[in-house]
Amino acid sequence: MYTQEMLDSVKKVEATRKERLGMEPRRMTAEEKETLLNRYHPDYRQENFSVLKIGPNKGDKVPDELAVLLQANSRVKDLDIDLTKIDYDTDVLIIGGGGAGASAAIEADEAGAKVMMVTKLRIGDANTMMAEGGIQAADKENDSPAIHYLDALGGGHYANDPKLLHKLVTEGPSAVKWLNDLGVMFDKAADGTMITTHGGGTSRKRMHAAKDYSGAEIMRVLRDEVINRGIPVVDFTSAVELILDEEGRAAGAVLMNMETGEYLVARAKTVIIATGGAGRLHYQGFPTSNHYGATADGLILGYRVGAELVYADTIQYHPTGVAFPEQIFGALVTEKVRSLGAMLVNADGEAFMHPLETRDVCAASIIRECKDRKKGVSTVEGSGVWLDTPMIDMIHGEGTIENRLPGMFRMYEKYDIDMRKIPILVYPTLHYQNGGLKINQEGLTDVENLYAAGEVVGGIHGRNRLMGNSLLDIIVFGRNAGKNAAKKSKTIKPGKLTLSHVEKFAKEMEDAGIKTDCVSPKLLPKYTHRKDE
Amino acid sequence: MEEFVNIFLMGKKYTVPSNLTIMGAMEYAGYQLVRGCGCRSGFCGACAIIYRIKGERDLKVCLACQTQVENNMYIATLPFFPLIKEIYDINEIRPTEQIMMQLYPEIYSCIGCNACTKSCTQGLNVMQYIAYAQRGEYEKCAEESFDCVMCGVCSSRCPAGISHPQVALLARRLTGKYLAPKSEHLEDRVREIENGDFEELLEGLMQKPIEELKELYNNRDIEE
Repeated sequence: MYTQEMLDSVKKVEATRKERLGMEPRRMTAEEKETLLNRYHPDYRQENFSVLKIGPNKGDKVPDELAVLLQANSRVKDLDIDLTKIDYDTDVLIIGGGGAGASAAIEADEAGAKVMMVTKLRIGDANTMMAEGGIQAADKENDSPAIHYLDALGGGHYANDPKLLHKLVTEGPSAVKWLNDLGVMFDKAADGTMITTHGGGTSRKRMHAAKDYSGAEIMRVLRDEVINRGIPVVDFTSAVELILDEEGRAAGAVLMNMETGEYLVARAKTVIIATGGAGRLHYQGFPTSNHYGATADGLILGYRVGAELVYADTIQYHPTGVAFPEQIFGALVTEKVRSLGAMLVNADGEAFMHPLETRDVCAASIIRECKDRKKGVSTVEGSGVWLDTPMIDMIHGEGTIENRLPGMFRMYEKYDIDMRKIPILVYPTLHYQNGGLKINQEGLTDVENLYAAGEVVGGIHGRNRLMGNSLLDIIVFGRNAGKNAAKKSKTIKPGKLTLSHVEKFAKEMEDAGIKTDCVSPKLLPKYTHRKDE
Repeated sequence: MEEFVNIFLMGKKYTVPSNLTIMGAMEYAGYQLVRGCGCRSGFCGACAIIYRIKGERDLKVCLACQTQVENNMYIATLPFFPLIKEIYDINEIRPTEQIMMQLYPEIYSCIGCNACTKSCTQGLNVMQYIAYAQRGEYEKCAEESFDCVMCGVCSSRCPAGISHPQVALLARRLTGKYLAPKSEHLEDRVREIENGDFEELLEGLMQKPIEELKELYNNRDIEE
């Protein structure tokens, strides 16, 4: 499978492996990291960002592709939607079918509210399903929520919202317990001790995992629980516009059947946006590790009704996306591979950095190695560096890769690459939206009765998220939003429904001189290849 | 130079670059996918494919996002399969042998044809994990089925009408909740947090100026 150039380079990697096994590469100083990020991290490439002309974040910069969608036409702009004809009537409407949405649904149901989930694909078609590495929680003797707090804060460049971060770390252990009690199979030792590892930027081993199917295991259990509870899940149906009441409070959404194109009206007392991330917008032309529906829909829905965004200019590029083979280009190679000891090695066989720096530092360092130092290995799509996977079984014993990284092993095996014996090629891939809708501790956005949870939210992780804090975040803040939205719904009397904000937004666009044919939310990426396009 | 192959999507012929996955080839052919496409990384089971290479007798299965096209591939997609999903309260049921009998009695009608195992897109030993479920050996069933993506191809091939992925999911939840050893350190930590044991430390951190936090972060000790 590998080219001759790759195989020649593999020999150099093998030649240095024995020596590298006994050493730990030096960690960078704070100054070195800052210089590196400034020069090589995609977030710092100003030419790929636009300043917003309208809306709550007017004057702020966001990635070009997001700016276009945030300042685009509503899908219902010229449609005559009859808001008196209610197709679905519920207390809590949850938009999104991933881990945050499912957690919210379970808790809202538990609190006695009438709940409904709507998702444009199937429940579980979400980034949660693909989170391989694990979930952080400070539950070991040598650890504490305070140490977890400091790790996440430093990793996030001290920009994390302190109150949200406090909530994340203090509710971490109870989130893991909640999942365990639902039947999630965490990796445990015979005496019940959770098997935990490091992630990039952690100072304690607090990464809990379910092999390398951590997110999938969590998602399939949550999905099963949602179904067991009889919570209605309207699938293949997207929310295309929020509906407000005459007081400007969130009161439902216009839905669209993805298969028939039919529009439907859902009325709700409270609404939770849990639509996830934006990888499928392919910022700066990067490939992505995200699922098919990650198109920033929730940011668009929220922004149009006046919800503010925070850190929408910070994106996480996962350092280790697949660089080769091209068929799975951009797919995720879990950080757990590095947690288990695999080093990042350049074309000459040199370990050019500590493999467990934070993700932004790691990604920038790989980009430097390939673009500037020219020590990458050429691939069809560009270049990549080696992730020296054979080290794992050498450190932890034979069978470790098959046992603890079965998903990765299978993915490469399909292309005749045996990662136990030969290293794999990686390059950064667009992975996570650090920023998003601003919320308070209750999970409430700037708009009354409009909650948000999961990757669509910004602020918890500052300007860079640590591995394992996202699975944690969707559970902690998903549950939180579900509980609070349910409680609030009991105090709400439905008012008159309106879409007047759509006209208002169109007027703002006109006044700002924005003329575009683009409609948003985007819903799905377009990868078709036809002669007539 | 780019090489091309002929594939047959639901019987219709398309000529596509040979380096594409089946999913990529469908998009190349002009399909805007809604069904049959999820994570695009082999974890969600949305894109199950049943195919046959022209002239060969074997029926093959795979995930469209994880498999490269071959010449003369006759491709049928299986974006949905009507699995039986029984409703239960995880807090009420117990990992007894009877629970499978109550919820999924059809597993005892397995005729041992092994069609499920042959058709697993993940290469799992499906018939074996069903055998474990029949015997109430839920931990073994859970372990054997752990990498299941619930695509449903096994069930589509089963003459006994078994919904293997749902049986396995039940076994895993029973294992995770009841059979796996309890994590005492986790329970202790939850109690300590509820008790407010870490509040002072955290509040202290939250009030510190950034320069001091940087100092703490840059000099924190890192577990070996």
